[in-house]
Amino acid sequence: MTPVGAIHDDHHHHAADPHGRALRLGIGGPVGSGKTALTAALCRTLGRSLRLGVVTNDIYTTEDADFLRRAGVLDPERIAAVQTGCCPHTAIRDDIAANLDAVESLEERFGPLDLVIVESGGDNLTATFSRGLVDRQIFVLDVSGGDKVPRKGGPGVTTADLLVINKTDLAAMVGADLTVMSRDAAAVRDGKPVLFTSIREEPGAHAVADWVSGLVEAWAHEHGHEHPHPHAPV
Amino acid sequence: MNAALLLLADSRLPAGGHGHSGGAEEAVRIGAIHDLPSLAAFLRGRLATAGLVTAALAAAACALGGDRRAGADRPGDGDGGMAGTGTGGTAVDDWVRLDGEADARTSSPAQREASRTQGRLLLRTSRKIWPSPVLDTLAGALPQGAHHPLALGAVAAVAGCSPAEAALAAAYTAVTGPATAAVRLLGLDPVAVHRLLADLAPALERIAATADASRAATGRAGAGPGGEAATAGWEALPAHAAPALDLLAEHHIRAELRLFVS
Repeated sequence: MTPVGAIHDDHHHHAADPHGRALRLGIGGPVGSGKTALTAALCRTLGRSLRLGVVTNDIYTTEDADFLRRAGVLDPERIAAVQTGCCPHTAIRDDIAANLDAVESLEERFGPLDLVIVESGGDNLTATFSRGLVDRQIFVLDVSGGDKVPRKGGPGVTTADLLVINKTDLAAMVGADLTVMSRDAAAVRDGKPVLFTSIREEPGAHAVADWVSGLVEAWAHEHGHEHPHPHAPV
Repeated sequence: MNAALLLLADSRLPAGGHGHSGGAEEAVRIGAIHDLPSLAAFLRGRLATAGLVTAALAAAACALGGDRRAGADRPGDGDGGMAGTGTGGTAVDDWVRLDGEADARTSSPAQREASRTQGRLLLRTSRKIWPSPVLDTLAGALPQGAHHPLALGAVAAVAGCSPAEAALAAAYTAVTGPATAAVRLLGLDPVAVHRLLADLAPALERIAATADASRAATGRAGAGPGGEAATAGWEALPAHAAPALDLLAEHHIRAELRLFVS
């Protein structure tokens, strides 16, 4: 019988190996905060300059994937859906096998890609992505959850590489004070960036897209990935 | 018992198992599972049919994975020390043929797809946990994904488990997956469901023993030292059908709302 633990050189199946592959960006956050809208906005704004793939983690069926496909922001074939068996956080944190499989299938099929977005199913404030699945992550809140949410913290709010606070257009209607949200977020995030958006008013989410572009460029530079093609097909 | 078996059977093993309900989601949807007694009946039926078949296939895969040639690409690569497949074919041929036996025993295309997906994810995870040429050969032989019991049996072999232990792990996961899914979908008392699983323990052992005995009777591995012809082929492994499970799987894959992959 084969010795257990035999040394075997196989980088292909080492998901953490960053060389020559796309940046993997997680987008997480509570239900209804605008994760899918942000994913669509990023596809819309970055789709002409970057080679993209998207993996959605729907709570039910393929609702989010279907929304993205209908939105016409990306070749439908480049959008893969993963089912999570009532456990959206398990699929992005504790057992990432199905998501890794989906990400690598997209890269094999359409690669090389510059950016693969993994959108989590709507979850709670403790949900974060495993570093084995994504390289960077965005946590999306919205103002209608109440302006005290950033103060409550939780791993998503405190550790995400970027915190996006969406639906600023609703702030006045729900009595949310954006100054308070901004101040509280800064206090718990140790200098990491926070961006306010209203994707309904600004469907391109350009501030977030700029932040993501910067990441992708730095990633390609650092890991020897060929430089993003400015006119790659969407 | 090998402690690695516990890791392999643990639902926390990050191999995508949490996304599969083994037909339980559809059974809940149509009302076939709605309380503890109906869940118990479902699990007993699943164990006696799909559970036995998957346990026997896992045992056969474990025996094959324990064969030195199983990691080789060509006849003779494995130095022939324990060559027991006795067919003169390559290890790749053996894996493909055993996979064909699994296919022949899985009449629902949706179940075949779910089994291959789970097998692919288990191999992806296990090749990092227990690196071995055996798993590399199996993954290379079946790039779309080996059937789950094949992956489970091969990983069990590489982790140092016996075919009987592989059969037990396969039988165990055949009931624990649907049981956990029912807890999530129906809000059943998890303690009561575990009591039910504990009651199934003797049946699990019986099924695993039957499965391994049928595997041993095929004489596929550990045959003669010279690799003489096997006494009986894998076609003699149990092939119990469960038409209700097949129908559940086929209806599930077409459902509008699905929380689980299968």
